[in-house]
Order: sequence, then C-alpha cells, then structure tokens
Amino acid sequence: MSKQIIIDPVTRIEGHGKITIQLDEDGSVKDAFFHVTQIRGFEKFCEGRPFYEMPSLMARICGICPVSHLIASAKACDAILGVVIPPAAEKLRRIMNLAQIIESHALSFFYLASPDLLLGMDSDPASRNIFGVLKNNPTLARDGVRMRQMGQQVVEWLGGKRIHPSWIVPGGVNEPLTVEKRDQILSAVPEGLFIVERTLEWFRGILGKFGREIQEFANFPTLYVGLVDSDGGLEHYDGKIRVMDASGNIISDMLEPGSYDDYIGEAVEPFSFLKFPYYKPMGYEDGIYRVGPLARLNIVNRCGTKRADEMLQEYKELGREVVQSSFHYHFARLIEIVFAFEKIKELLGEDDILDTRVRAHAEPNNLEGIGVSEAPRGTLIHHYKVDGNGLVTWANLIIATGHNNLAMNRGVLQVARAFVHGKQMTDGMLNRVEAVIRAYDPCLSCSTHAVGQMPLRIQLRSSAGEIVDEVVR
Amino acid sequence: MAKQVQVKTLKINGVDVGGRGDQTILQVAREHDIEMPTLCHIEGLSDVGACRLCLVEVKGINKLIPSCTTLVEEGMEVTTNSERLAKYRKMVLELLFAERNHICSVCVSNGHCDLQDLARLLGVTHVRYPYRYPRLSVDASHQRFVLDQNRCILCTRCVRVCDEIEGAHTWDVMGRGIEAKVITDLNQPWGSSETCTSCGKCVQVCPTGALSEKGKSVAEMSKRRQFLPYLTTMREERE
Repeated sequence: MSKQIIIDPVTRIEGHGKITIQLDEDGSVKDAFFHVTQIRGFEKFCEGRPFYEMPSLMARICGICPVSHLIASAKACDAILGVVIPPAAEKLRRIMNLAQIIESHALSFFYLASPDLLLGMDSDPASRNIFGVLKNNPTLARDGVRMRQMGQQVVEWLGGKRIHPSWIVPGGVNEPLTVEKRDQILSAVPEGLFIVERTLEWFRGILGKFGREIQEFANFPTLYVGLVDSDGGLEHYDGKIRVMDASGNIISDMLEPGSYDDYIGEAVEPFSFLKFPYYKPMGYEDGIYRVGPLARLNIVNRCGTKRADEMLQEYKELGREVVQSSFHYHFARLIEIVFAFEKIKELLGEDDILDTRVRAHAEPNNLEGIGVSEAPRGTLIHHYKVDGNGLVTWANLIIATGHNNLAMNRGVLQVARAFVHGKQMTDGMLNRVEAVIRAYDPCLSCSTHAVGQMPLRIQLRSSAGEIVDEVVR
Repeated sequence: MAKQVQVKTLKINGVDVGGRGDQTILQVAREHDIEMPTLCHIEGLSDVGACRLCLVEVKGINKLIPSCTTLVEEGMEVTTNSERLAKYRKMVLELLFAERNHICSVCVSNGHCDLQDLARLLGVTHVRYPYRYPRLSVDASHQRFVLDQNRCILCTRCVRVCDEIEGAHTWDVMGRGIEAKVITDLNQPWGSSETCTSCGKCVQVCPTGALSEKGKSVAEMSKRRQFLPYLTTMREERE
C-alpha cells in the first residue's frame, strides 16, 4: 500500500509551510513536495495607494528583512520619480541593508540552524532549539543573540527603529547620518568581526560530522543567479544580474535587472501558493536556479573586502567549479556577515557619508518602476505601475524565497530519498527533510514563530487518504 | 462700540467659574485650565459639534451635551469627567476607528495624528466593534496634496477653514450618514477644482492623514497650525 508522510508545519523556518512525502508500495520515497500554505495578497491590496507609500507598505511583508523590501521598493519608486539619489543616501541605504543582512543571517544561522548543527540531526527534538544550544554551548548562543542585536542596533541608529523603520524613502533617506551615530556604528564593528570569526572557527570544526548531509542536502546542479557589481564583485544593493551554470560558466552577464521579465518566468503549481520562477531561456523546469548567499558567493569573482576575500577562497575549495550543496548556505552566510561588517566600516569612512543632501524630490516622471536588490535570502524584485496621479495600478513582487522554490522542492526529494524509509520512520529522518529547507532560510511569511515550540505533526496516509499512523512531536 | 455681553457664573467640576454669555462651555472650561478631549474643534474656526468627544454632563439635563456648541448659562453645573463620559468618549473613538481604514503603522500622520493621540490619551487599547473595511478612494489629482478618504473622520475642519478663513469654500460634505464624504467643488477631482487656491490650509488643519502633502512618507506629515489664530484675529480686526 502506498503511503504519504506529511510534515505540517515545517518548524524553525520563517512562515508556514508543509512537506508531503509520497511513499510507494514497498515504503521507498516516490516523490516529495514543499508546500507554502499561506497567501497574503500584498500585490493586490496596494492597488490604489500612492506610490510613495509603497516602501513602508511593502516593508510590512516581513519583520526580519523589512529593510530589503524598503530598499527594493524605494528603488522602484526612485525609478518612478526618475531621479538619481544623492551619493550619501545611496551609501546610507547600503549600510542599513548590510546591517540587516547581519541580523537576518544571524537569525538563520544561530537561532534556526545551529540546534541541528550543534546537537545533531538525531538529537532530542525537545531540546533541539536555541535553549538547547544555550545549555550546551552558551558562547555560541550568546554570540547569536549579540550578533542579531548588533545588526538591529545599527538599523535603529540609522532609522530610529529596529523593525520597519520608515527612514528609507523614495528619493533617498529622510535623515542624514550624524557624527555620533557614525562613531557608534564604527565602534561596534570589531566586536562583530570577532564574534563571526569565532563562530566560523567552530563551524569549520563541526563540518566533518555532516559529510552525509553535505552530500545529500540539495546537492545537485542548478543555475545560480544574483547581482554583481561592474567588476563581477559581491553586490547587495545595485549592480547587474549574472547567471552561472553548474559548471561555473557565466552563461549570461550584466543583464539589466529592470528587464527581469525577459529572462525570469514564473510557473504555478497546484500544490503551493508560492510561484516557481525559472530561467526563461532554459524553460520550466530546466531553468531551475538558486539565489541567496550560496549563489552569490558562487557567481562573484571576489567579495571586495580583505577577510571576506580570504574566506571566499576557502569556500570555493568546498566544491569543484561551484559549491553545489545547499548545506553550505550556512558557511556562505557567515562569510557574508564578515563582508557586511567590513563593508560597513569602509562605507562609514567615505568622505561624503555625513553629507546632509540625502533626498531627491520630484513628481512622478515615469509610470513604471522596477527595483532590484539582494535580500539576505537572494534577489528581490519589486515592480510597480502607477497612473498619472501616482496611484499604484499594478504590482509584481518576486521574493528571494520564490526563486529557490524549485530547488527547495528538489532538495526535499533528494533528502527524503536518502534518509526516509517508510518502514522505519524516525524523527531524525524527518528533521533532515526539514533541515534542508532551513538551509535555504526561506522567508515564507517573513515572520518568526516560537522557537521549536510549534507542533510538528507527521501523518502516514494510505493512497486512499486514510491516516494509518500519526506522530505528534 | 463693543457688544454688550452679560457675565454668567456657573460651576464646572464643582469649581465656581465665570464667563461671558457668548462663550461656550468648552471656552470657559479651557480658560480655567479644565481640559477635555476635542477632535473636530480647532482654535480659530467655528464649532459644529461633529465628533462628540467634548460631551459633558449638565445637571438637570439627562442627555449629554457637546460643550463646544453649548453656551454657558447662569447657574449651570457642568461635569467634564465621569465614568459615563469616559465610556462614551472611548466608544466614539472606537467607532471612528472601525468606520474607515485607519492603519497607523503605514500612515503619513503616524505620530502626529489627533485621532491617534486621543486614542492613546483616553486609553483605547483595542476596538470592540467589527471593522467595516469600506472600499474608499484616494484622490491624488491635485499637484501638491492628496485626499485619502480612508482616513477621514468627517470632522469638517477642512470645510470650515476653506470657507471661513480662505473664503474659497472648495470643500463640502456630500451624502448622508455612513455614505457621507468630503468633496471638492461639485464632487470633481481635486486637481480640476476651479475654486481651490492650493493654499493648503485644509491639509494643515486636518487632524488625521486624510489630507496630506504629496510625497510625504510614513510619519513625515506633521501639520503646522499656528497660522490659524493669527489669521482669524487679522480677519476680525478688519471687520
């Protein structure tokens, strides 16, 4: 009798999703799906609102990466205004974006992933959470809390608020940087770098224990997509799109982010509310690609800061041409944190960073605007159309997590095939299926939920849909 | 020659006070530093008693009386604070919030809003009535200003300032009851109004984010109202 295993909800991810594993007659995995079970409708209910409200409206999509939405949205609005924002404003936006990457990556690595990494995939689920980490490795847990705090603190110093600051506005930012705030941020950088180096040291030490996971965690060829700067360096705010294949060949470079529609298609599947973007020239599903830290470090020639570039070399040695295993998203996240601290320091040292000219004013000059940036989880696209009065008539958003949808689904299948056998189902097997999703750090609703407290329900269903067994964690 | 007015003596909250016969309870109370919440009232414009937040109890009268439109009378005994008043004032605010779409977190007037300030002052922690979520329009046709009906509480400050101070009478109220809304000219887009002088007084007196300057982001719309008493005084002196 064929069976279905349902993991609902998937825990320690941001948002609500479930996994279905379809078993065949003899209990081996036939197919697996990752379902995103929520719908929010931001693209619809913003219709009719003035475009300059969009950054703050869209930031509400997410409590973890509101700054990413602020940036992509504000850039789309800059395009509607038809302005080039003042240089100081651009640098300030970059700093806030990097601070949020620190905060978001810290959340993913320390709060959501480190319980698996420290305590093991098969450890007791009751303590496989940040509190378990605190008990077993207090330094690691404290580093996580501190790292997240630092990222949020910088966001607050700049924008007056840790979550949903309204400081990033169409045309720039609404307040220049002061000397005091600059010095406050600068003084936080050495501690941040120290913490992330210590974490990296620990992470290198445990990598050896996860050989099988590295081998099986969404370790397959895909394309990699992300923004790069004009020299092919790591870029989170602006730049052009680069597409790399699984052998490390750049198959498309310096694509205009504004023409994303020419090369990114979006498919719909009946089992998920999340669309399935793909690289158009290769068609659905061959155009499967990954975005986010793993993809970014794969596609770039260099990071552009000293320590991060040294680590990039170490990282590149993990794979042949490119790093394929999604397990290494974790490593890539830590390297990006190093980069973020180094880059923030560099930007704060620029001559014009205290310039008081930080906002361009204009009436809407274009009826359409597209803003693209790199969110912690990958490339983020905001695309708006407005009427002659500047009221939004249409909006399209492609969120980082969406790009990874095909890869997450394929990853779930790979892990399920490697670890799940229907005849002897264990918690550790199913945790690995969830852990592969966690590696991507998907932001499904962009809202955190209680650490390790959500009930995990696993059901075994017959092909007729009857529940033949149920495990409640 | 100055108008002859009689002096009236009355009690407000048990305190003996005096005022002129052409003054309202609200005016006399505030002259004696007795505060009560108001929303549609604004110094320098006529009063209409629209918001019902300045309701007071008057001894011998069973119903609640709006203090902004009721003149003082000899021997009146007024109570401005009681459990009953607090209950009704909160109810009034909650109904205002439930009536249209007031989303403070993404509003241009967040942090500078009379409605929000009063809700905080009177301890409105939640709204007990179901939200109506009406589908209302935004008029962004004016070059400099925007009207967002979602955030309008029908206080008619815009109507009064335009009529009484600017003298243009661009604004008016159309429809009745729940259908009522402020309009420009004969319900034409604001941008095509022939009477609007684009002076912006309506925007500055609006208590919420219903009227705002274009391009202002969340929480950026703080209103400047200090001009109003000066303008009123100047107009009166010329008469």
